[in-house]
Amino acid sequence: MIPQLLQRLVATIPVLGVVAIAVFALLHVTPGDPAVIIAGDYATTEDIARIRSRLGLDQPFLTQVAIWLGRIVRGDLGTSIFSGLPVATLIQQRAEVTIALTVAAMLISVGLGVPLGVLAAWKKGSWIDRVVMIFAVSGFSMPTFWLGFLLVYVFAISAHWLPVQGYRSVADGLWPFLRHLTLPALTLSLVYMALIARMTRASMLTVLSEDFIRTAFAKGLAPRRVLVRHALKNASLPVVTIIGIGFALLIGGAVVTESVFALPGLGRLTVDAIIRRDYPVIQGVILVVSIAYVLVNLVVDLLYVVLDPRIRY
Amino acid sequence: MAVVTRAPEVLEVLAPPVGALGRARRLLARHPTLLGGALTLLVIVAGGVLAPAWWTGDPLEMRPAERLRPPSADRWFGSDNFGRDIYTRTLYGTRISLTVGSAVAVGSLIVGTVLGLVIGFYRRLDLVAMRVMDGLMAIPAILLALALMALMKASVQNVIIALIIPEIPRVARLVRASVLSLREHLMVEGARALGVGTPRILLRYILPALVAPLIVQGTYICASAILFEAYLSFLGAGTPPHIPSWGNIMAEGRAYVQLAFWIILFPGMFLAATVLAINLVGDGLRDVLNVR
Repeated sequence: MIPQLLQRLVATIPVLGVVAIAVFALLHVTPGDPAVIIAGDYATTEDIARIRSRLGLDQPFLTQVAIWLGRIVRGDLGTSIFSGLPVATLIQQRAEVTIALTVAAMLISVGLGVPLGVLAAWKKGSWIDRVVMIFAVSGFSMPTFWLGFLLVYVFAISAHWLPVQGYRSVADGLWPFLRHLTLPALTLSLVYMALIARMTRASMLTVLSEDFIRTAFAKGLAPRRVLVRHALKNASLPVVTIIGIGFALLIGGAVVTESVFALPGLGRLTVDAIIRRDYPVIQGVILVVSIAYVLVNLVVDLLYVVLDPRIRY
Repeated sequence: MAVVTRAPEVLEVLAPPVGALGRARRLLARHPTLLGGALTLLVIVAGGVLAPAWWTGDPLEMRPAERLRPPSADRWFGSDNFGRDIYTRTLYGTRISLTVGSAVAVGSLIVGTVLGLVIGFYRRLDLVAMRVMDGLMAIPAILLALALMALMKASVQNVIIALIIPEIPRVARLVRASVLSLREHLMVEGARALGVGTPRILLRYILPALVAPLIVQGTYICASAILFEAYLSFLGAGTPPHIPSWGNIMAEGRAYVQLAFWIILFPGMFLAATVLAINLVGDGLRDVLNVR
């Protein structure tokens, strides 16, 4: 099993390489001179020349690629044009917020989405099933930031139960941390929850029609035991896959959610960098987030082996 | 001779076609979500295309004396901080969303299909091209679009380009997978034996089989592009701020969440309803066209 796992690990290297080169090439695929665009409308010729040499844009393209790859392998993501701080430091400072937000949202979505999907599949055709399906389709169509404002309006502005915006670190105490995280995490989790509920239902329906489920019921097992131990266990592979793939949705949603709730995370860092055309920061965040996505999906693939002993890499 | 009794729905299928209109009506009756989605979408399209006819005013007209007015009999959705009419602006915003949604769907389907056909049919390209696609797909779409917008001038056209690029590898992947299974099909083998060239096989034998899944995929791309345009505009990196798109209206309203919630409420309702309607049409078409 170990060599197969290693093989799977090695297979992610070309994908990471493509990500790194694509993030770099972004700067060059858009029309116009990147140095002029980054320098902005009021830049002098000297400003443009300085940015060009600072970003190495005066070198031949392949040399630039080589320098970029060499740097990121060493963990050097360059320095911010705006603040002069290393991009890696900026990302480290902001990562806690985004990790807290996405992990909380993931826990909520899996914790509610999977039971909803199981329930809908078990009661197929009933009103419960219909309600869950309506929830799944509408949840998936819900604009994240609009939902955020609705929740803020109801629970923060009208009812005063929760803070309108802002972030408190766990270091400031668990209660303030959770109070500030509740609305953003709920906002972010809805799309993902809808996706997971839908996938769980579809997957459960396939499994529930199999012979061994009928056997389990026939031998008099409690329905809950059949659903969880027999059906859900076998229906979990596609659900785990969607959890991995949906991670991209979660990251995209986090950018918008952080903006609504004024959370100082990676999303805010990116949006601020875009307004200031701080390209090294943009590239750094995209690179780190994409690598995180590849690694999450690697973990998902490895989880398969645990969930389904028949799968071998 | 035995009397054959059939279930009503079988009889319905066997009944002679009553023309395209009658067939369409029966189809919609059997798929209520498709009907609901299509009707809602029709209303929204009519609202946007015929915006001047629906008792709207000038979407850009400012009336400083009527700032932040709540919804009332003559300002149905209220007014914003410049005294502009939210109802009028929301209806005009429909045009931007529908334009972006359909242009992104069509653009990414065309480019993605061409790429997918080529990659799927020329084995030598496959390995490298698919690794490149995998890498591109690892970059979250919204971040890729944001980064592209940071380097381009804010315009509706550039928003469309920035949203097409992240979708291309997804379409290409879908097309390539279908090509790989279809190229082993007997009809393709037969065509080969008859000496039909590769371009003709792709166009006449493989492309027609792809139409149904691509239509379904196109509706989903359209729905997500409409959402993403709103996200980009809301974040200040999308449609230029002077154009009333739903994302822009809501971005301007965020400073007034406590004072004038209607500025965000109504465009968001239209946005959610439009995306939901298109997704319902997509789900319905997937059932009807029997995709996957």
